[in-house]
Amino acid sequence: MPVESNANRRRAIDVVNTSLKKRYAREARFRRLGFGAVILGLLFVSILFFDIIGKGYTAFVQTHIELEVYFDPAVIDPEGKRDMKEIARADFRKLSRNALRSLFPEVTKRNDRRALDAMLSSGAPHQLLEMVRHDPALIGERRVIDLIADDDIDMLIKGHIDRNAPQSDRRVKDQVIAWVDELQKQGRVKEKFNTGFFVNGDSREPELAGIGGAAAGSFYTLLVTLLLSFPIGVAAAVYLEEFAPKNRWTDLIEVNINNLAAVPSIVFGLLGLAMFINLFGLPRSAPLVGGLVLTLMTLPTIIIAARAALKSVPPSIREAALGVGASKMQTVFHHVVPLAMPGMLTGTIIGMAQALGETAPLLMIGMVAFIVDIPGGPLDPSTVLPVQVYLWADSPERAFVERTSAAILILLAFLIAMNTFAVIMRRRFERRW
Amino acid sequence: MHTPILILVLLGVMAFAFHLGRTRSLATVGGRTGVRKLHSLPAYYGFYTALWAGLPALLVAGLWVFFEGSVITSLVVEGLPAALRDQPPAQLGLLVNDITNLANGNIVSRAVDADLRAAADHMNELRTIGKMALSVVVLSIALGAGSLAWRSVGPSMRARNRVERIVNGLLIVSSLIAIFTTVGIVMSVLFESFRFFHKIPLTDFLFGLEWSPQIALRADQVGASGAFGAIPLFAGTLLISAIALFVAVPIGLMSAIYLADYAGPRLRSYAKPVLEVLAGVPTVVYGFFAALTLAPAIRGAGEAMGLTVSSESALAAGLVMGVMIIPFVSSLSDDVINAVPQSLRDASYALGATRSETIRQVILPAALPGIMGGVLLAASRAIGETMIVVMAAGLSANLTLNPLDSVTTVTVQIVTLLVGDQEFDSAKTLAAFALGLLLFIVTLGLNIVALHIVRKYREQYE
Repeated sequence: MPVESNANRRRAIDVVNTSLKKRYAREARFRRLGFGAVILGLLFVSILFFDIIGKGYTAFVQTHIELEVYFDPAVIDPEGKRDMKEIARADFRKLSRNALRSLFPEVTKRNDRRALDAMLSSGAPHQLLEMVRHDPALIGERRVIDLIADDDIDMLIKGHIDRNAPQSDRRVKDQVIAWVDELQKQGRVKEKFNTGFFVNGDSREPELAGIGGAAAGSFYTLLVTLLLSFPIGVAAAVYLEEFAPKNRWTDLIEVNINNLAAVPSIVFGLLGLAMFINLFGLPRSAPLVGGLVLTLMTLPTIIIAARAALKSVPPSIREAALGVGASKMQTVFHHVVPLAMPGMLTGTIIGMAQALGETAPLLMIGMVAFIVDIPGGPLDPSTVLPVQVYLWADSPERAFVERTSAAILILLAFLIAMNTFAVIMRRRFERRW
Repeated sequence: MHTPILILVLLGVMAFAFHLGRTRSLATVGGRTGVRKLHSLPAYYGFYTALWAGLPALLVAGLWVFFEGSVITSLVVEGLPAALRDQPPAQLGLLVNDITNLANGNIVSRAVDADLRAAADHMNELRTIGKMALSVVVLSIALGAGSLAWRSVGPSMRARNRVERIVNGLLIVSSLIAIFTTVGIVMSVLFESFRFFHKIPLTDFLFGLEWSPQIALRADQVGASGAFGAIPLFAGTLLISAIALFVAVPIGLMSAIYLADYAGPRLRSYAKPVLEVLAGVPTVVYGFFAALTLAPAIRGAGEAMGLTVSSESALAAGLVMGVMIIPFVSSLSDDVINAVPQSLRDASYALGATRSETIRQVILPAALPGIMGGVLLAASRAIGETMIVVMAAGLSANLTLNPLDSVTTVTVQIVTLLVGDQEFDSAKTLAAFALGLLLFIVTLGLNIVALHIVRKYREQYE
């Protein structure tokens, strides 16, 4: 009986209907999974940024102790000749020390006094010397001055040292905490904007260490990189895109460029070490060598971006120029390259941002040395910002953690600014044909 | 004359030569009115003269800047008294360093005696002579070549063609730099590696199970056996890269799928650039995060569960590296998924498949080769990544698969072997170059295979 069998047989639509619920559930699950992945990615970004901002923002202020300093002529210039060379050799520590000791006359024991003296940074005497150098009339005067506090005091004030921990586990002893509290009660503990962090070179004392030297090193390195990689990158792109015949050689160059873009950066460091330093005898730790290495590293990025920019210029432009009698070279340099320039510049900025954040190859060519002086040119030994971050991250002092984070914040600010500029430029000047 | 000033002077000479060449071309045809008799525009005669005045001189100056150091050093060594000269190369190198420091007015590591002082003076003298000679030579080349070019300027000279030929040559040289770089990389790591394999057999290096590059100076020194078996490094590198891919591939792939197929335009326009930020963060920042935030957190969590976790666990480095390559995986997968033709999707929807079924059963299988290529590229990134592992992974070469243990990687070892004081020629330093060679070969191989797969896959649908 055909009718009966029809009723018994399960029709396809029933199969579909019974499984439909399950399939929709699976669909929703898949969708949630995808959404979860996006959220997870965004979560990573925010954790990273909050962690670093949270650790670093306190470094932009620095604890100072307000003291009344007597510029004692007997200490600074006993002979009264006002000779700056003599004065520079004077014991300015005595001045700052006396100023602090006069607030705590009850401290007399030698060890206690030493602990009291250690509350001021070893940079404080230098601060006084600079003041005298600036204005010799200060000698013999009394002035109220904010002197830089030691990094331990700074950490205590900023709450990075646990007051409740047992004394033996703490870098700051009970006695010193009592002194700090007393100073705070008198309103002598001040948080001031940390200018030193931006202008000073590196230092073993966290409260004196700054990114000025590293920033100057980064500047010179990037300058060398830009001056070399932009012209070479654009020239290579122009040749490959506009002039090169299609043959084995140009294929080889293309494959080469694509592969170089993916070679680990540390390998470029090995190249720099073996070629520029050992073979050519260029100086170690110099921004010149760093710039050369970073040039080789960023060239593929710039060439690829510049070629894309050239490719987007429509052939009609070229044909029109050729049609009115321009030579091939004139066509390219008078018409195609100017039209492709925004795209090329965008690629260059992105390449520069890459170079600014690069660390590993610079370790190889010795830009990791501890350098106090601020470099004055591309041949002076120096470090760069990311290497400074690496060096400080290795330092045991708690105060360096906040400085490292602050240096990272500055670095990220530069990178974000560069990338935003590139994006804006692309939006502003991009032409759709 | 200092080199930068010399370059500036040279640029001035070029500008002047441009002017002279241009004026002469006009003068030969009797001023502006005769300009039609010239073969090229007057400016081309100027460019021609300027290029001849500048390029040869710049070339000479550039060569000198590159070789000045080695030439002067070898001349100074030649001039040393025989007793000082006949030392082993390492000692001699130290001596040369001291002489250079003394000549620069820096601190010297040994007592300054008459010989040293004489050598330093000799060096300074050579430098002054070198600088002067360079200025004279460069300027005379510039003037000579410039005036030759200037004299050849005339109405029938094909200045434009000549200038274009020179420019074309410059363009070719620029594009060859990519090849020079590759050759330079191969040469520099290959030579040092050969010297390394001279001391340590290749098989010991590739298959040895123990890595401890400190060479014992005394017989009784602990932990300094000078073993160069790279297997623990490979294992460590693979372990960390595997953890990284384990994080990055699912998250990157799923977020690419979600952003491409499900997300509304608003979410997409915000989420995509934010995820791209992860790719722009310098690796040293990730390293800092891994070492100071994640590693202690993992350690704390592990100890709360009663596990022993090393403070430099492979897990922390791997996780952070995974986060770093998420945008890499997701943008590559995005490209690949978008390359699957719409007709395949439409066909699947027409058969009644849901979106997720279409993705899982049609798009992913079709895009699989491309995704594999992307994963391989990500893997080569992870293997070559340096700063995260230098800061967050350990130094001790443990042969283990436990992600809570501390392992070391190829790149970490390259950095530790080459940063700081190093003696050249020692197996320890050369080992870094052997590791570099290996790293280069492996990443190059991965890249070539991956790019090949991606390209082939793309052609399939074009």
